[in-house]
Amino acid sequence: MSLLEAQHITKIYDGRTVIEDINIHLEEGELVCLLGVSGAGKTTLFNVLSGLTVPEQGQVTLAGEDITGKPGKVSYMLQKDLLLPYKKIIDNVSLPLVIRGMKRKEARARALPHFEEFGLTGTEYQYPSQLSGGMRQRAALFRTWLASDGVALLDEPFSALDTITKNAIHKWYLDVMERIHLSTLFITHDIDEAILISDRIYIIGGKPGRITDEVPIPVPKPRPDDFYLTEEFLNYKRDLIGRLGLP
Amino acid sequence: MIQTSACVDVFFRSAQDSAKSRPGEERTLETTHTDSKKEARKSRSFQTVRTGIPALTALTLLVLVWFAVTTGGLVPSYMLPSPQSVVLAFINDFGTLMAHAAVTLQEAIYGLFIGITLAFVTATLMDRHPALYRALYPILIITQTIPTIAIAPLLVLWMGYGMAPKITLVVIYTFFPITVGLLDGYASADPDALRLLRSMGATNRQIFFHIKLPSSLGYFFAGLRVSVSYAMLGAVISEWLGGFEGLGVYMTRVKKAYSFDKMFAVILLIIIVSLLLMWLVSFLRRLAMPWEQVEKEK
Repeated sequence: MSLLEAQHITKIYDGRTVIEDINIHLEEGELVCLLGVSGAGKTTLFNVLSGLTVPEQGQVTLAGEDITGKPGKVSYMLQKDLLLPYKKIIDNVSLPLVIRGMKRKEARARALPHFEEFGLTGTEYQYPSQLSGGMRQRAALFRTWLASDGVALLDEPFSALDTITKNAIHKWYLDVMERIHLSTLFITHDIDEAILISDRIYIIGGKPGRITDEVPIPVPKPRPDDFYLTEEFLNYKRDLIGRLGLP
Repeated sequence: MIQTSACVDVFFRSAQDSAKSRPGEERTLETTHTDSKKEARKSRSFQTVRTGIPALTALTLLVLVWFAVTTGGLVPSYMLPSPQSVVLAFINDFGTLMAHAAVTLQEAIYGLFIGITLAFVTATLMDRHPALYRALYPILIITQTIPTIAIAPLLVLWMGYGMAPKITLVVIYTFFPITVGLLDGYASADPDALRLLRSMGATNRQIFFHIKLPSSLGYFFAGLRVSVSYAMLGAVISEWLGGFEGLGVYMTRVKKAYSFDKMFAVILLIIIVSLLLMWLVSFLRRLAMPWEQVEKEK
């Protein structure tokens, strides 16, 4: 049984079918990318998976439990870090626990021991405006993780970061994911990013959006620093460009 | 109004810096930064003093001109009292002025509180129910165009010479800016932040308290700041039209006696009280929104 599974998902908005018969699954500890051009329905699919919208057809299950249309089960992180400027970092990251009904003090106590893991020691009582872009993104991830039951949906989370910060955060993310036992479904339109960090890649495309391909990247992790310079990497890239139908 | 606010800001910013307080929990973590922070604050108040110099100079010049034309005999004293006679009247009349000011302030503050409460209820309901929003928003705009001075006598007619018509006028004056401020504030909430909270399974109530209310605070205080001076104005205007005590009543009384120095003393007092109220709003804003200070210090 897969950890997260979506079967035959179809979503219609205003009479237009946005995604059709989508079948995907995520195993424990896996990082799977959804790769596709803009407008392919990636975000719609995430809205369905996170329970924000109810699909016209299909079912989403988390560890066997039907979570279709039930928000609060898998956590969701967007490109914008969406840290609330008026809450201190500790209250920002523990917000999902408070939303679930935990007392603020208790939620803070739950979050506090993990600041080191996320490289945020010392920022507990600071406001988001005092943090750098990379730190804010880590804080957002921290919050996503605290909200999750082991599954995180990441919607282009690093696309706003510069290349150097992005490389650093990729490495860090893979490392932290392993330590905190997080399984990740990741949206990106960046082919390099997909190859660098994924175990598997789903290609989504067409109108309405469908899963057109599934490509495993069976390169053991941690991957070498110069992986993106190897022939192997370029082969994957060529292959993916072909499958995406790009010139 | 806005110009006066900016002016008040310049005058009071440095006073607020020293009055700033923070909850104890952060203190331990911030001790290492305190020195640099103090430094930053010091240079900032210095900055404030420097930016305040032109305003102070202009004000001093204005008073000097006033002094010159009155004392020099250009304008007879029964038409425009000299600044020194106003200050003298202010000091001699201090007890009477304070007694009347207490009444006016009471009306203003009661009206302000009722106005704020009504504004909160209205804005929150309107935000919650789009149909109500569409129904009430035009009415809100229309009521704002009613010449309040024109309906003030009606209020006296309906409610008598007591406090009621004064408080009502203050409510009418203050309700609108705060309601509109709150509505704009609620609407300013980031839709993605709302989506994020929904994905966490938040209820409407939780979304209101974690997102909408804090997002609207800045707008609320902006509205409140306008409202406090409107509140004093509203109270004084309605006192002109009838009543037994209050600064407005006193003002009409001294005007009829042609004691313009006393009348100017009242005006001076109204200015002082309004400025103090505006300063109080800025101070409360700092207390309620500590993150703004952090952003400014950056």
